[in-house]
Order: sequence, then C-alpha cells, then structure tokens
Amino acid sequence: MSITDFTWLIGGPQGSGVESGANIFSKVCAAMGYQIFGKREFYSNIKGEHSYFTVRICDKKINSNVNDVTLMVSFDAETIFRHYDEVVSGGGIIYDLDLEKSKTDDVHTLDGPFKERLHKELESKNKPFTIAGVLEIAKEKGVTIYPVSFKSILATLAEETENPRLRGLVRMFNVIGVALSLGLVKMPPDSLKKTIGDIFAKKPEIAKINQETANYSYNYAIATFESFNHLLTGTEKKPDTILVQGFQGTALGKMACGCRMQPYYPITPASDESEFLESNEILEVNGDRLGSTAVIQCEDEISAMGMTIGAVLTGTRSSTCTSGPGFALMAEMLGWAGMNEVPVVITNYQRSGPSTGLPTRHGQDDLLFAIYAGHGDFPKIVYASGDIEESFYDTGNVFNYAEIFQVPVIHMMDKFHASSVITCKRFDPQKITINRGKLLEKVEDGYKRFAFTDDGISPRSRLGIDNGIFWSTGDESDEFGHITEDPILRVKMMDKRMSRLDLILKEIPESQQAVSFGVEDYTIISWGSAKGPILDAIDMLKKEGISIGYIQLKLMHPFPAEYVTSLLKDAKIIIDIEANQSGQLGKLFKQNVSRDVDYFILKYSGRAMTSTEVYDSLKKVVENKSGKREILIHGA
Amino acid sequence: MALKLADYKTDVHNDWCPGCGDFGIVNAIQMALAEMGVQRDKTTIFSGIGCSGKTSHFINTYGIHTLHGRVLTFAQGAKIANPEMTVIAVGGDGDGLGIGAGHFVAAGRRNVDMTYIIFDNGVYGLTKGQASPTLKLGEKTKSLPSPNTNFNVNPIGLAVASGFTFVARGYSYDVKHLKDLIIQAVKHKGLSFLDVLQPCPTYNDINTRDWYAGSDLLDEAQKRHSRIYKLEEQGYDPIVHYNSISEVNEKLSQSLIKSLEWDTKIPTGVFYKNELISPYTQRLKDKIPNYYENPPAKQNISQNGKPITDISAILDSLQV
Repeated sequence: MSITDFTWLIGGPQGSGVESGANIFSKVCAAMGYQIFGKREFYSNIKGEHSYFTVRICDKKINSNVNDVTLMVSFDAETIFRHYDEVVSGGGIIYDLDLEKSKTDDVHTLDGPFKERLHKELESKNKPFTIAGVLEIAKEKGVTIYPVSFKSILATLAEETENPRLRGLVRMFNVIGVALSLGLVKMPPDSLKKTIGDIFAKKPEIAKINQETANYSYNYAIATFESFNHLLTGTEKKPDTILVQGFQGTALGKMACGCRMQPYYPITPASDESEFLESNEILEVNGDRLGSTAVIQCEDEISAMGMTIGAVLTGTRSSTCTSGPGFALMAEMLGWAGMNEVPVVITNYQRSGPSTGLPTRHGQDDLLFAIYAGHGDFPKIVYASGDIEESFYDTGNVFNYAEIFQVPVIHMMDKFHASSVITCKRFDPQKITINRGKLLEKVEDGYKRFAFTDDGISPRSRLGIDNGIFWSTGDESDEFGHITEDPILRVKMMDKRMSRLDLILKEIPESQQAVSFGVEDYTIISWGSAKGPILDAIDMLKKEGISIGYIQLKLMHPFPAEYVTSLLKDAKIIIDIEANQSGQLGKLFKQNVSRDVDYFILKYSGRAMTSTEVYDSLKKVVENKSGKREILIHGA
Repeated sequence: MALKLADYKTDVHNDWCPGCGDFGIVNAIQMALAEMGVQRDKTTIFSGIGCSGKTSHFINTYGIHTLHGRVLTFAQGAKIANPEMTVIAVGGDGDGLGIGAGHFVAAGRRNVDMTYIIFDNGVYGLTKGQASPTLKLGEKTKSLPSPNTNFNVNPIGLAVASGFTFVARGYSYDVKHLKDLIIQAVKHKGLSFLDVLQPCPTYNDINTRDWYAGSDLLDEAQKRHSRIYKLEEQGYDPIVHYNSISEVNEKLSQSLIKSLEWDTKIPTGVFYKNELISPYTQRLKDKIPNYYENPPAKQNISQNGKPITDISAILDSLQV
C-alpha cells in the first residue's frame, strides 16, 4: 500500500471563511484516521486581503508542511494567481468557473511586487494576464482543473431545498469548496456530515443548511468530476489523538499546571492564547471546588507585566502572553522581577520584527533580545519549545523552573506554532509535575525574604499570609528587602542572585536542556519551531542514505555550553537552522561553545519553513554546493 | 492584642529632607491603619519611584516598592489575585500623572477596590527639581532654568473623568484631616483616589507651606487667610445617592467645577463618591461565581506534586 501524503490548499479573502473551511476539512481527515499538519497564513488586515490555509494529510506522523500542493480549491481569483504554481503535476485545482476571465488588474489586493513577478512569468510563457492564462500553465504542467460554478450550485440547491435565501449566500462558498474537495478524493461522506454537525452543535439550523450544501456539493463532485489520482478514503485511526491548534498547547499547559491569573494586552499572534484561557475560565478541579483563571485585559503590556508580577507576589501562579513588540515594553519590569526574585512566566509568541515588522507572519527574531532583555545583570531563564505537543509539557516545566529558582522565565513560542493545527497524542496532564520550590505556607518569626542561604535561594513568603511580612524594591536591598547602598552587601546580593545561573544548569535535567536526535558528521543545531521541518527533512534524506544529526536546544539561557559541547564532539560540520536573518542561535553558540557554525540555513521572509526547502538546502550542504548562508523563501 | 500606632512603623531610617510634606502623609497612613486596626499581614503598601516611593519601607505591613509610573499595575494585580488584602498604592505626581498617566486612566475604568494616594508637590524631587505634571504653565521654581512650558494636569478632574469612584484631596500639614480621608478612602468600595498637596521645601519655592497658609493673602486687618478649605464645612455633598443619569452627572459636574478652584481658595475633602459602580472584583465574580471564596491566590493547584485541574473535557472536545 502506498503512503498517503497529500496537501490541500484553500484560499480566499480574509473573512470569507477560509479558516472554518480548513477547520472542517482537517477535522474530517483527522476523524478518518489521518495525521494532520495545517498552517494558516494571513495579512495584517480584517477583511479582504488574501489568506490561505494548507493542510497536509498523511497516514504517518508528520511535523511540517511541504512545498507541493496536491489539491487546491478556490472561490476567488487571487488564490489562483498566487498559488497555481504550487500545485504539482498530477494534482488538481477546483475553482470557480465564473472567475476565468478575471485579469490580474481586477484583483486590487494583488500587490505590485507580486504582480510584476507574475506578469513576467506569464509573458515568458506567452499567456494572458488572466485566470485562464495561469490555469493553462498549470494544465501544461499536468494539473487537472475542475471548473465549477459555485453560484449555480447555490442556485440549484436553493431550488431543490425550496430555500431562496441560499441563492445569494456566498458565505457558503467555503463549505462548497470543502465538500467538492472531499468528493473528488472520495472521502466517505458520513464524517463530513458529522463534523459539520459537531462544529455547529449549538446552532442546529446553521448546521442543517451547511450539511445540505455540503451534501449537494459532495455528490456534485462525485457525479461530475473526472477521476483524480489521489484518494483519501481513510486510514487506520490511532488511539488518543487530538487535533490541536498551536496556542492551545501552552494554554492547556497553564490550566493544568495551576496558572490562575493571566493579565495580557492584545497582540498578534499571542492573544489567541489568552482568549482561549478566558473562554475556559472556570476549571474543574479533582476533589476540590471549582477553580478559575482570572484573565485580565490590560491597557498595555507594561501593565500586563506589572499585574502579573503583582499576582505572583501573592503566591499565585501567573503569567502573561505576548509577542516581540509587547515583550520589548516589558523589559524594565523583567529587571524588577529579576531583582526581586519573582517567579513570573512570560509566554512569548514571536513574530517577524523589527518594529511592527510583518505583524501576522512568522519569525524567530527575539532569541538574543529575550536573553539580554532588561538593564543590569540579573538571572533569568529563556526556554524554547519545538512543537505544540512539547509546549504543553514545557509549560508545566517553566512554571516549576520559575518557582524553584525564583527567576523570571521567558517561554519562547512563535507564530508558526500559534497558527498551526496538528494531530498529536492526547496531552497527559499527569505527566506534569508541580514543584513550587521554596514557597512558604507558614512563616516563622524574624522572616527575611532575601535571606542568604547555602544554595542562594531564600524561602519565599507571599503577600497576605500570616506573619510573612516582607518588602521588595527595585533598589538594591538587604535581606529584609529594604534599600541599601552598602558596597559589601551589594556585591553579596548580586552574587547571590547570579549564582542561580549555575544552579539552573546543574539542576535542570540535561534531557530538558537539549534534545539529541543523533549526531552525525553533518549535524544541525536549532531551536523552536524549526524542529518540525528539520525532522521531516532528515527523514527524507535518510531514505536516500544521507544521515544528518540534529541537536534541538531548549534551554537557551543560561546556555548549556558544556552539555552541548559534549553532544557535538563527533560532529564535523555544524549547520544552524532558524527563522531569522542574523543566525542568532549561531552567535549564541559561538559565544558559548567557542566553535564556528559552518552553514546557516535561514528564513526571514515571514513564512514558516517547509521540510521541502530544508531538505533541498541540506542536500546542497552535503553535496558541497551550498554557500555559507542558504536563505529560504518559499511561501506566498 | 490590639495594635498600637508604633506597630505600623518600621525602624528604617527616613532620609526625606527636613520639613518635607511626605512625613505628614506617612504619619497619616500609619495613623489611619492603626485607627482601623487593619491586620498588618493582610495589608500591602505599593509605592512608585522617587521620594514618595520609599514610603512602603517605613510602614510595617507588606511593602512593595515598584517602578516609576507602574505602581498601580502591581497593586491591581495583587488585589485581583488576593481580594482579601487591603491595598494602598502611593506615588508622586510625576509618577502617577506623568509617566504613569495611562495606568491612572485605565485604573479608573477598572475600579479595583483599593486606594491610590498621590504625593502632589509640583516637582520631581529626587532628580533635583524638574517640573512635574501638576506645576502650572509659566511657573518657575527655583530649580528650573526657565519657566515651565507645559500646562498642568488637574488630578481631581482626571480622576473623576477616568472613573475613580472616590476622589478626594488632602493636605499633608493637616494630618488629622488627611488621616480621616485615608480611612474613608480605604473603606470605600471601589478605587479611591487621594490627591495630597505636599510642599517640597527643597525645590518648590512657589507652593510652600506658607503659600498654602496664605501668608501672601493679607486682608485689610493684615490677617492671613489659609488657601486651604474643607468642602465638608461648606455643605458640599459629594455622594451619588441613587443610580440615575441626572444624579451622576450632577455630582460629576460639581466635582469638576470644584477641581478647578486654585489660586486663593483650594478645596480639600471628598469631591466625588459613587458606590453604585461595581468594583472590578465584583465584575469578576459575575463571571466566576466563587471568585471571592476561591480567588487566584487561594486555589489549590496540586496534590503530591501532581496537577489536580481536570482539563479532560477540553481534551475530549479536541479528540478526533
């Protein structure tokens, strides 16, 4: 039996239901046993600009998207102009017949630089600047095209169901596109009906109209479309599989590990996490009354950070969630938290900088900034998760690190994580442990919050408990927390705080510092969401007999220099793969390990890496055809 | 055992300038806490940056000395997490109305049940006397190289417009009156604001103790008349008694008009008080029914090092 590896792309103007279409499609495929890796791309815009969703469907575990699209469905011209060339020979394009005559100039959201490139391509192939023109190129390449009039489908359906409202209901186009696609690949129809029913469980009328539309369109595809090479008829379902969105990993981790307050300020791509927490603010607690998460929308990120610190001072596990620009505003507060040994957690869903940058696009731009954020020397932890499944368990760990070492922790996530939808093994909260470090329940007389101790960590009181009075200040302080400018005490206090960096490296298990996926002559170092494309690319190369090693760094600061050095001792060539322009991990690596990176594979176009392009560039490296810097640019 | 005034004082050396108005304020806070008999370990003083920022170190309760302009953010976070606590935030007028003005306005909208006291002296003392947000346009204190080029903020007016539900003004040399105002502010259900006029003897040579006492305002009999007067002695009624638009508007408007008085007559006392607006904690309780009994700081999150939160219903909904 051949392996299914299928990529479906749906596109349309923002606000036209691309995301919900993709949601239905992904759920149907997941319900039929397939593994899913989906990713959403969108403009910084509310309505009208181009957004698209690629869903990769496989019968084995996948960790990334690929360049090739097997089937594209579109109800607008822009999607076809932008993506026609991604569809592979033997693939298909389902599109709205009424768009055929559309010219590039009719699509006002096609921006200049893109249009110029497209015109050049069309000119070179002697094609008109129309949908018909680009589709001809696709056909010549071996793509089957499936023209359908979406309007006529609605019109016929309106007549058949005696529901004249349907006739003009263009917001059903997404469901039509999904159902046509599923019909074409002969997906059994029951799961489509059930999925729509589940999604609109609270709105039976909307469920019904969607189901009727889907059913009609599905049958239309079965009856009308010529046969397609690729079928998705279902595969063996793996037990305990969930279909989860990126931001849900950290959010569920926070609920499970006892984060009970999250102040935040809206920012893409981080707010989804806070909104998910608020939508689920009441929590079931085993053997106890109901719990809750107080999610507070603040006036800015400074306030979000201040409120989070305030909550942590009361002994509450609390965090905030933000992205680069917001994190930049928190830098002064981060220093206060470091100075006062406050175990605050900041979840940082990075995006493309600098400044506003590409606000809805991906980037791993903030590694060095996170490490150096804040003035003065103070200890902190910067920790990076590689995928959504990891992020659930890592969230449990970072709250422990914060409380055990009494330092702020910055948990690095990114836009690629946030807007991915994947299947993975159901999260198991019992694999999370909760360790609150030296948090006190009872306080003895003569308490000193910043007492010198053997391990450099003082027992921690909290605001409002009996007998636990303490003071905190951003000034240098004595053991009680009162201001001091004494030079000797200053040195002692500085050393006490900073001694934690060594302790962190000593106490955090190596398996949580860095993960080795094997070390070979050619070995990759990387961090964060580049993990998925890297794992899949390594897998592809392995099939060709090429072995590539990979070390995934998770504890980014303090940097586990000794451990990484020992891991890499047999590696001859080091390849740094990450999504930023300057190779930030490479710099950090050189600084800590005193070893040069041999090759950089970098992506900073704002789009997530695909395993295809990582594979291509690794192959170039191995074949000695690569420059020192390989820059990836795939993705519209 | 009943606590005495001395129990609310720390033995931390106070390094404010001799004659500083801040002494009166910290004394008034300690007296108010003692008179109310608040439990020391159920009370937190949050402070900003500058001379007034040191206040938290002089009071023997929990004390959190935060960052410039940000004191309200820390204080609100702590109060929301642990609504049982009495929370008082203090800071200078530069702190609260300059760098922290955004938080000031947002705090008013939230109406968290706590008290904010601004030490209002018209200058940035600890950085050696630059003009602060309450200094009038064109005024030149002795430490300024040239007259102030910015218009002043009206703290009372801004508080009322931002949604603070208790707005009052005190004078640091009338400690007894100030203490009474602090007690009212702390007991108020919602966010209370106290603008405390506080002469800076070192850098503000305009709004001095003598100036407030009206030494330049001599009547025909060569008798001086204090600029400061008390609203309550003039039959002023600051309270919103019932929930109607006209009642609220009337009380808001009169407080705004009163807030504009300056120069020869400066009102102190309560300008505005409205307990018909729900405090933020009540708004949380409306969403989270057991919020008061089981707020964030009180919740059990683990047993024997394992999570006790049950997220299985959400995981079930994600299961394929």
